[in-house]
Amino acid sequence: MYAFEIERPTSLSDAVSALKAEGAQALGGGQTLIPSLKARLAMPEVLVSLSAIDEIKGICTDDEGRICIGGGTPHGRVAAELKDSYPALASLAARIGDPAVRNRGTIGGSLANNDPSACWPAAALASDAVIKTDRREIAADDFFAGLFETVLEEGEIVTEVRFPVPQAANYQKFAQPASRFALVGVFVAKYEAGVRVAVTGASESGVFRWTEAEEKLSSDFSAAALEGLSHAAEGMIGDLHGTPAYRAHLIGVLTKRAVAAAG
Amino acid sequence: MHTQLDVNGRAYALDHDPRTTLLDALRDHIGLYGTKKGCDHGQCGACTVLVNGRRINSCLTLAAMHDGDEITTVEGLGEPGALAPLQQAFVDCDGYQCGYCTPGQIMSATGMLEEAKAGDPSHVSASLSGDVALDDSEIAERMSGNLCRCSAYPFIRQAIHSVEGKE
Ligand SMILES: Cc1cc2nc3c(=O)[nH]c(=O)nc-3n(C[C@H](O)[C@H](O)[C@H](O)COP(=O)(O)OP(=O)(O)OC[C@H]3O[C@@H](n4cnc5c(N)ncnc54)[C@H](O)[C@@H]3O)c2cc1C
Ligand code: FES
Ligand code: FES
Repeated sequence: MYAFEIERPTSLSDAVSALKAEGAQALGGGQTLIPSLKARLAMPEVLVSLSAIDEIKGICTDDEGRICIGGGTPHGRVAAELKDSYPALASLAARIGDPAVRNRGTIGGSLANNDPSACWPAAALASDAVIKTDRREIAADDFFAGLFETVLEEGEIVTEVRFPVPQAANYQKFAQPASRFALVGVFVAKYEAGVRVAVTGASESGVFRWTEAEEKLSSDFSAAALEGLSHAAEGMIGDLHGTPAYRAHLIGVLTKRAVAAAG
Repeated sequence: MHTQLDVNGRAYALDHDPRTTLLDALRDHIGLYGTKKGCDHGQCGACTVLVNGRRINSCLTLAAMHDGDEITTVEGLGEPGALAPLQQAFVDCDGYQCGYCTPGQIMSATGMLEEAKAGDPSHVSASLSGDVALDDSEIAERMSGNLCRCSAYPFIRQAIHSVEGKE
């Protein structure tokens, strides 16, 4: 690791001020950032640790019935606490990495990082979630901006993520067995206004919505409605784990499975 | 910089480089060598410790992030002559070969049994609520973060089975 200083604010306002320093970067659970620091892929001058800020941790329900997850909440807590109120979200959280990773890694860190194979971006996009920061609210549709890119500004902190609860939902993840990241993951969520389908792990430009499938499913929410529909291989990731055509094929298979499992 | 850690019930005031991981603080500053460094990248679980009762990888966290936290390492569970039930079970069941992953396995299993007792479901649980029956597939899933290069898995599972529900 290159040398850095550490700040340990206990309030959001102190964290916001600490992040104004030259070369400052937020440190969430550290499950992605610490390996990057070790590999010298990141060189912040100041790390602002968010772990001691209680006001960005925890889960509640707002007046509109949306589930609000604090940006500093670890995946394990979501897995344990949302099993009744939004089971598909709890199930997604329960499949991230392994238990030790889930006890540290946070939803805010995962969304801010926008790894093309991460799970949370698919849930946020399919659920039409709102990402709240220290300065504004951003719709998931506007938040993700390509591989490892989001619209977050310098020093902007994800403080909360609000999920409208769907009538039915499911997340299907074809896990890369060593890392357990998604080789391809599909999150399907059915709302009164229509069905949303978000795909992670597949595209060279990161998480995206499969609008053709959404249209079919919004008029007939059944796996049969997707018969004959396939996703193009163009623009999909090709690496030693799978070709673009293989990933494109998985999108179709996993979407059908998600719809069948959502019921 | 300065960080206060409570390790196995004893207070330590550390003066350390900000880059020090919790794992390096335990081994190099405090001199507790039970916690092992396997990969240093969060992939093997050899460095598992409990922080405020929850299992985490000590290689993927900085000591500075744990000011005031309670840390339990394998030394804090029991010692020769007065082993904790899980430690004894690993000995009785031959739950290791080289033993390098063992402290991590034991710490992880300690955290895991608490989670199961609290009713936390896992990805393979048939039902999302109620009692968790720790069969082989549950234990395999819940211990998936702890790799054993010697592949002592059947005996690790046996050791965990032998204490489960007994405490
Ligand atoms: C072995 C292993 C397996 C994993 N498997 C999976 C998997 O299956 N699926 C999956 O989705 N992920 C997986 N992950 C990644 C894990 O979910 C991380 O926790 C997550 O990607 C990053 O969250 P973090 O809190 O650790 O963030 P950090 O590593 O601390 O930070 C990541 C980035 O986000 C920024 N950041 C952190 N918190 C905030 C915030 N509140 N607001 C704004 N910016 C912030 C940081 O500055 C940094 O740029 C795995 C990780 C490991 C080590
Ligand atoms: S040494 Fe920490 S997980 Fe391998
Ligand atoms: S006993 Fe050798 S690695 Fe597990």
